[in-house]
Amino acid sequence: MVEKIKNYFITNYLGISTGFSLFLFIFIIPQLFEDSDLIISLIRGIIFSIVVGYLVYKFLLFRRNNPNFVPSESKLVVDAGGSLVAIIVGLLFGLLLMLLVNPGQAFYGFSIILRGGLNRNFKSLGDMIFFSVPIILTGLSVAFAFRTGLFNIGATGQLTMGAFVAVFIGVEWGALGEIHPLLHWGTALLFAMIAGGLFGAIPGLLKAYRNVNEVVASIMLNYVAMYLNTMLIVAYIYNRDYARALDIEETAITPIMNLDLIFPGSAINGGIVVAVIVVIILHIILNKTTFGYELKAVGFNRNASKYAGMNSKRNIVYAMMISGAVAGLAGGLMFLVAGKHLKPENILIPEGFTGIAISLLGLSSPIGVLLAGLFYGSLQQGGYYLQLLNFTPEIIDIIIAVIIYASALGLVLQKFVKMILKRKFLEKEDGEPQDLAVEGSDE
Amino acid sequence: MEYIIEMLNITKEFPGIKANDNVTLQLKKGEIHALLGENGAGKSTLMSVLFGLYRQEEGIIKVRGEEVVIDSPNDANDYGIGMVHQHFKLVHNFSVVENIVLGFEDTQYGFMKYEEATEKIAALSEKYKLKVNPKELISNISVGMQQRVEILKMLYRDAEILIFDEPTAVLTPQEITELMSIMKDLASEGKSIILITHKLKEIKEVADRCSVLRKGKYIGTVDVKTTSVEKMAEMMVGREVSFVVNKVDSKPTNTVLEVNDLSVYNHRLAKDVVTDVSFEVKAGEILCIAGIEGNGQTQLIEAITGLRNPSKGKIVLNSEDITHCTVRNRNLAGVSHIPEDRHKHGLVLDYSLEQNLIIQTYFDKKFQSRGFIKFDAMRDNAVTLIEKFDIRSGKGATTSARSMSGGNQQKVIVAREIDRDTDLLIAVQPTRGLDVGAIEYIHKQLIAQRDAGKAVLLVSLELEEVMNVSDRIIVMYEGEVVGEFDPKVVTENELGLYMAGSKRSDQ
Ligand SMILES: Nc1ncnc2c1ncn2[C@@H]1O[C@H](COP(=O)(O)OP(=O)(O)OP(=O)(O)O)[C@@H](O)[C@H]1O
Ligand SMILES: [Mg+2]
Repeated sequence: MVEKIKNYFITNYLGISTGFSLFLFIFIIPQLFEDSDLIISLIRGIIFSIVVGYLVYKFLLFRRNNPNFVPSESKLVVDAGGSLVAIIVGLLFGLLLMLLVNPGQAFYGFSIILRGGLNRNFKSLGDMIFFSVPIILTGLSVAFAFRTGLFNIGATGQLTMGAFVAVFIGVEWGALGEIHPLLHWGTALLFAMIAGGLFGAIPGLLKAYRNVNEVVASIMLNYVAMYLNTMLIVAYIYNRDYARALDIEETAITPIMNLDLIFPGSAINGGIVVAVIVVIILHIILNKTTFGYELKAVGFNRNASKYAGMNSKRNIVYAMMISGAVAGLAGGLMFLVAGKHLKPENILIPEGFTGIAISLLGLSSPIGVLLAGLFYGSLQQGGYYLQLLNFTPEIIDIIIAVIIYASALGLVLQKFVKMILKRKFLEKEDGEPQDLAVEGSDE
Repeated sequence: MEYIIEMLNITKEFPGIKANDNVTLQLKKGEIHALLGENGAGKSTLMSVLFGLYRQEEGIIKVRGEEVVIDSPNDANDYGIGMVHQHFKLVHNFSVVENIVLGFEDTQYGFMKYEEATEKIAALSEKYKLKVNPKELISNISVGMQQRVEILKMLYRDAEILIFDEPTAVLTPQEITELMSIMKDLASEGKSIILITHKLKEIKEVADRCSVLRKGKYIGTVDVKTTSVEKMAEMMVGREVSFVVNKVDSKPTNTVLEVNDLSVYNHRLAKDVVTDVSFEVKAGEILCIAGIEGNGQTQLIEAITGLRNPSKGKIVLNSEDITHCTVRNRNLAGVSHIPEDRHKHGLVLDYSLEQNLIIQTYFDKKFQSRGFIKFDAMRDNAVTLIEKFDIRSGKGATTSARSMSGGNQQKVIVAREIDRDTDLLIAVQPTRGLDVGAIEYIHKQLIAQRDAGKAVLLVSLELEEVMNVSDRIIVMYEGEVVGEFDPKVVTENELGLYMAGSKRSDQ
């Protein structure tokens, strides 16, 4: 016990002090030159240093408990390193592009991209979080299905269905809000999840019982959702004057949950809280429960899971349902916002597809997806502020595309990371025998 | 120049284990050199070092007397080293020819010179009697032919030093005999061969010298002609191994498994691959299904275990009809199954050892409460079984199944299935790829299960195992049961005739 406490203090002391000095540099000093509230920036700073301190603490504890840890042998380190390299490649490509388009402002513009969500301190940080919520959720949706060996390319459709149902309830079921405002909002979200889940179950059922490829089935359902959405809006909740859905009731709007205190002036709302809760739940399902154990076994080796007596058909349906529900939730949170309206346009909502990229970048793990989603949000913010200069924000889309290509080349990148780690830690080389077939075919 | 290959004082470590610890191996030109060692002794690792897949931490390699650095399989190729891996490395949707030339393509104006390649392959296959269908896809050919493709792949690259890692584990006795004579031909032509095998009989038959490893350490090299099989086994295990299985007579009691007129239809071949098979297994006996590979044993077992639907017939377990039960319900009703293909069915390679050990029982109260896995219970279970079955790996319970040696992967499955303690134990080639010590242990376990009143159904391709372990034998030929025998009465020759289909008893 004493040992434990001692451990905690030694490592945590280091962590806190690192966090604190960072916090001084990044937050306090700039704040002194701006006319914002010192108390609030202090609170932020404390939260920030606790988070950084905790991470450093965890890291030091890990190093202490695993003195023989070899980074190049850890799958997590190597995989995450691959994603990191992909990001760097993408960013460098962006820089190159900017140098070509507008060499004079390229480096300044690049620094704006890098600062991303920190461009306007907590305002832009709040905006970044707000915009990354749907991306995180669709990323989770795709990632969860992927862990079961399924490629849910239909997150867009599930999201659209969720969005419609949420908005419909937001417009029509105002009576719920009179009982309690959260009841109205909560019900709208719940039904958004149900709608997305049912819509996701369709390709799941087809796959499980008729062996229809889930990629094809879910792509086609995206179009079904798109047209259905248009039709239903016009039929039930149409605002003719503006050619969009009616405004939702006040009570259905996602509550701010006091986050504006930390992120003043930003668009942030409670959506991030919901998203983090979903991250935690999915993380627990995948890593701690028998259900997750089954799902992953089916994803890794369907034959072995059949041999072990797992009901892989049922699991496929459940996995697609959960995946769809999370996408539906994304749709709900996207449109239960003041001033945002569903429109009867025949456009596939792009967040669903971005989710695929985020899932890939986040290595299909819930926590990875959370980080990747926030990173994406940061880039978007960077793109937004980039417009102050003579650049178009589309540069960001190109960077993202390159990052995705680079992560798809993951295997090569991972080898590269392994090599660097080995050099760094003065390890002798080794390779995995199963890489041989790949090596052969590269030539 | 006496030695063509010298590996001197090689050390190779993996996290948590020294797979090779100061190992020396010297190969003479034109000899067949056997490499013997228990499961996990480091044989495959040593050969992977020689083939450039791993880099040793210490020690040097000399080829034809000169010290060399082998960093990749391409380097190995350049030095004339070729290797057939324990688990083959073929591209399944490529044809035989494409696989052979892969990475070694001859091109003209960017086009592959397939004609020449095909001719060269035809010549090689003629010369060494390695029959293959050049145009066929790998996924459509038998394991035996896949192996011939691997051998041709080495010869196509003009390899002078040939490494065979457990080539016979997946072959039928006939194919083994063929392979042995091919290896002798190759050696007499001046090629040098390293052969890894657990079958001492094969070493006796073809090898000139034999080097022994134990737990990563080099024990010694002996001359095969003058060393007895028992001596070699002792060198490798570190104690005496008994080759005869001691057992008392069986005392069968009630019927546990009853199979009635079972048929399995194959849609691709458009015929029955199992035809009207009937037999029963009683508690307290070991029934063995003997036969040459591909005579319906696989499909029969899949039908009994629920992996495949029979087209006709009935399966009764403890007087309960389970013909239409799910795999899960059969497991719960009392079926354990050591499957034929450990990578396809037996293991989730990306799961750790401890996760693999609970693959049919994770939902049991013992390992789960309210849907949450009890990680402590899972760990304890693994630690117990690792100890009991002597499963060797780098990081114990948390080792990923993929990184384990082939024989130890097999032990994981055997441990799991025996530990489930069910009324019926179905074991399909349970000792495939195991060392003599482990085989002895598993045979003892099977008999112990029998003596504890379990019914054991054993499928084996190896006559020695069939004769030694079983209490009753049935022979399958082309999907039918062609005879039933008492191992104490029947001779191996007699069985062989039935297995080859040249004799059958009329029922
Ligand atoms: N890539 C790897 N990563 C970690 N450990 C490994 C790896 N490859 C092998 N090992 C470990 O090294 C040891 C030796 O393995 P190796 O495959 O050389 O055994 P082997 O003698 O070929 O055994 P078998 O007869 O069972 O095939 C084993 O304990 C194994 O777990
Ligand atoms: Mg091996």
